[in-house]
Amino acid sequence: MPSLKDLKNRIASVKSTRKITKAMQMVAAAKLRRAQDAAEAARPYAERFNAVMAGLAQAAQGSDSAPRLLAGTGDEQTHLLVVMTAERGLCGGFNSSIVKKAKVRIEALLKGGKTVKILTVGKKGRDQLRRDYRDHLVGHVDLTEVKRVGYVNAQDIARDVLGRFDAGDFDVCTIFFSKFVNVVSQVPTELQIIPATFEPAEQSTLYDYEPSEEGILADLLPRNIATQIFTALLENAASEQGARTGAMDNATRNAGDMIDRLTIEFNRSRQAVITNELIEIISGAEAL
Amino acid sequence: MADTMHFSLVSPERSLAAMQVTEVQIPGAEGDLTAMPAHAPTITTLRPGLLRASGPEGVSEYLVTGGFAEIGAEGVTVLAERAMPRGDVTQKDFDALLAEAAELYEKAKATFVNQPGPVDDAAKLLADMVAVGTHIGLSSKS
Repeated sequence: MPSLKDLKNRIASVKSTRKITKAMQMVAAAKLRRAQDAAEAARPYAERFNAVMAGLAQAAQGSDSAPRLLAGTGDEQTHLLVVMTAERGLCGGFNSSIVKKAKVRIEALLKGGKTVKILTVGKKGRDQLRRDYRDHLVGHVDLTEVKRVGYVNAQDIARDVLGRFDAGDFDVCTIFFSKFVNVVSQVPTELQIIPATFEPAEQSTLYDYEPSEEGILADLLPRNIATQIFTALLENAASEQGARTGAMDNATRNAGDMIDRLTIEFNRSRQAVITNELIEIISGAEAL
Repeated sequence: MADTMHFSLVSPERSLAAMQVTEVQIPGAEGDLTAMPAHAPTITTLRPGLLRASGPEGVSEYLVTGGFAEIGAEGVTVLAERAMPRGDVTQKDFDALLAEAAELYEKAKATFVNQPGPVDDAAKLLADMVAVGTHIGLSSKS
């Protein structure tokens, strides 16, 4: 049975924990709004881009001269997985669920006798994957210093990926990130970016292409990688804050419950002490 | 014939402009072109240059690099990798762009030895960048 003083200290400590989680929740909610705005602002570009690319890709798909970024290397032996996670923890299952999704994929690929290479974005994913797949990690992109993800960050990652592709390091590239559905739901997602895949778009207008269809395609495919990575980064940022808001909300509520329980216990033992003292006084008086 | 058409300029991070215009001058990769309402549907890639949209609300100019323009029945959509209003471009911004182009050129020269294609592309990018700097009155040396 903890003493009264112990209980008092515990209540005080849980109270300050609650204050911290409450503050974190509010900060995350504010950041979430910003992240959502950023994702919203980026949507028109990504959508238009995808529509145009889909049209171009459909036309080029059949031809033999299709660029390697679209048609692939003709092999699928080596896979590069880009696993995007957060730089910070305390956001519920956010990081683990992305890593879990990636791990399932890694296991399936390894079982199929493929070579797997992993590029991690975000510290948390790297830490978790390093335990089991240390030898497969080929690189890491650190975004700790980045306050707000910009297109530049996506370009850097894309350049890294494309450099490896040109060097013949891998055949297929897949990115793992979390898609933001709403504050309570973030869905870990995988998306193959090399060879490029597009949501088919209905092509109604026939365009003139300048310089040429192939020229435009060759110019836009690398940019498309950057665009897709950028979208993924933004979705991820929003998801992270969403997950953190939820996790901290839960933590705050749990702390509240705990304080209630401890307070009841505290009051009970205080009452017990008082009763005890009374009994002592009364029995003392009776003895006289 | 419609007098105006819709013009929108979007960069990956945000949408910069959406308005009604009468004509848009686009720095296409193969040369400048001006799109007016009811232009034939065209898609062209961009070179670094000035995009000029004129409409009832006046003329606005943007410095754009990389990306493409889509001219369709409903108007012009320009998707530029980087875009900023001309007035907002400072010497520092421009220097950064120029340095990046120069770096790409050096890298292309180093990686694609004896392959004129990529090297020429990078050289053209650099030259276009310098040209646009001269055009808007920012020096390419500093």
